[in-house]
Amino acid sequence: MTTFDFLLQGLAVASDPMILLYALIGVTLGTAVGVLPGIGPALTVALLLPVTYGLDPAGSLIMFAGIYYGGMYGGSTTSILLNTPGESASIVTALEGNKMARAGRGGPALATAAIGSFVAGLLATLALAFLAPYVVKLALVFGPREYFALMMLAFVTVSAAFGDSAMKGLTSLFIGLALALVGIDQLTGQARLSFGLPELLDGVEVTTLAVALFAIGEALFAASQGNRAGDSITAIKGSVWMTKADWARSWKPWLRGTAIGFPIGAMPAGGAEIGTLLSYAAEKRLTRHPEEFGHGAIEGVAGPEAANNASAAGTLVPLLTLGLPTSATAAILLAGFQQFGLQPGPLLFATSPQLVWGLIASLLIANVMLLVLNLPLIRLWVSLLMIPRPWLYAGILLFATLGTIGMNPSPVELSMLLVFGLLGFLMRLYGYPIAPAVVGLILGPMAEQQLRRALAISQGDWSTLVSTPVAAAILSAATLALVVPWIMRIRGKGAVLAQLASDED
Amino acid sequence: MIPVLTATKRRPDGAALIIAAGLAALGAVLVREYAVIPDKGGYAGIGSGTLPCFIGFGLFALAAGHVWTAFRTEAEPIARPHLGPVLWVAGGLALQILLLRLAGFSLASGLLFALTAAGFGKRKLWVTVPFGVGLALVIYGVFDRLLNLKLPAGLLETLIFGG
Repeated sequence: MTTFDFLLQGLAVASDPMILLYALIGVTLGTAVGVLPGIGPALTVALLLPVTYGLDPAGSLIMFAGIYYGGMYGGSTTSILLNTPGESASIVTALEGNKMARAGRGGPALATAAIGSFVAGLLATLALAFLAPYVVKLALVFGPREYFALMMLAFVTVSAAFGDSAMKGLTSLFIGLALALVGIDQLTGQARLSFGLPELLDGVEVTTLAVALFAIGEALFAASQGNRAGDSITAIKGSVWMTKADWARSWKPWLRGTAIGFPIGAMPAGGAEIGTLLSYAAEKRLTRHPEEFGHGAIEGVAGPEAANNASAAGTLVPLLTLGLPTSATAAILLAGFQQFGLQPGPLLFATSPQLVWGLIASLLIANVMLLVLNLPLIRLWVSLLMIPRPWLYAGILLFATLGTIGMNPSPVELSMLLVFGLLGFLMRLYGYPIAPAVVGLILGPMAEQQLRRALAISQGDWSTLVSTPVAAAILSAATLALVVPWIMRIRGKGAVLAQLASDED
Repeated sequence: MIPVLTATKRRPDGAALIIAAGLAALGAVLVREYAVIPDKGGYAGIGSGTLPCFIGFGLFALAAGHVWTAFRTEAEPIARPHLGPVLWVAGGLALQILLLRLAGFSLASGLLFALTAAGFGKRKLWVTVPFGVGLALVIYGVFDRLLNLKLPAGLLETLIFGG
């Protein structure tokens, strides 16, 4: 059967009324959390994991993916109207989008973001569908050493390659890796780092760590910053529809954004932020209206928004075909698969084609739902921003603890939530990224297994790790991704330091 | 009003050194685990204790890196935290842990709600506590009764929803 047949089959699965309902709940929740500052898609899926334990696996996973897509849509709304990005991938959108809103062109900015997200989501999901079978074929020749190399690459790109400090990213990663060791060793049954507490034998739950670091850490940090002044919502004036000139200036950035965002999401190259930054830079260089950049150029909204949705779809390529999460949300999605006893990877395409293709097809449907939810109903979402911060964060904490209490109401588990929450607060305060810790926790045990398997096959010969061209190439790429940015930072250090000094007053 | 604590201006390297000490301590715990675990490498030559050892040394290296930067570069300016609100929220979480078994989900979570709102400046506890408890009761009804999530019941839940 060809991809096209599989996709048609998937569409048949996805148009089941119950599945449609799951998708609708997912995209609605996703848009809401994308709009609300302080909670993102990763956290929402983490909160919902324990709740969906007894529900239908396919439906739940489709709902989670809908949340991921919806979060990417909703984030743009906050960026444009509030100048506070709802999630990290929308930071660039705030640059031009908020200027447009202040100039009274908030409607077209929201429209180009929503339609751009739609175009990019549709194209990138189709690209995912057609690319996935090839990656699956490739993955079949992968052995433990290739998987180990891929995971090393994912570790490096998530933690060290981007961001302002490799050391901070690596510190976060190693905290995650250390936490991953707690509990029973999957290969030998040896208890590690359990300190005699039976509750620790099960290890640190991914959901507990993610909820603590993202929700509780964020709430503590937001509380510590007091009431920020100057967060005012710019009202949407006039029509939300784009003029002919807006369309003419938007469609190329949409396509370019998709072309930039999808490969970056598909490669183990970190989150969606990088794609949006590259797209913004590209639009700034190619535009015919360079004077408008910095004052509300529509290209600067259209391109990055398309890129961020395309990379969300791209992230699903390594996740579904290799079982390799390359962002925090993907890591939580992987935990979602595992909760239902499913391991994403080549085998999943063979054993549960209906689930995989149903998931991919429902993403196409979710995109259409999101366009409807986001354009005509935009004013409804904006009203979410009117919730006063005390009520909002109190509600977030109530739901954050609900998941853990429902899963395991032991004092040890809840204390972990509090301790990791304080850790997340300190990490935020001192500028350590959160995502590497979560990715380290979920990928750490997998990488350890692959490493020990590879070494067992070679009877303890470490050179086996670089003995195939593929493994050697991936490991060299990982090394380059670690070393090159490091050298670049050392070179550029003088300028960076000067900037820091001038910022202090 | 809770007195607002403003972080005093730190010595340039203080925070990084404290973080370095924490990382080194964590590394020491991991390396000690390597010494404790009876390790038979088997075919692979590495066993259960090897990875903790590797990661422990990785943490030592990061601690050294922190010490290095602490003495070489200026401390980055941090967003000065107000610790009062943080204590409200963290206290709410601690209270929830203590009260969960005794008082049940709704009362414990309602107090968490109220204390968090207080941390964000809404100090009217006579408004926020009943609201929080009410919200938690609705959540209990939806998740425990409809979605079969097991939430700890106390007197309040038993009275309203039955045993």
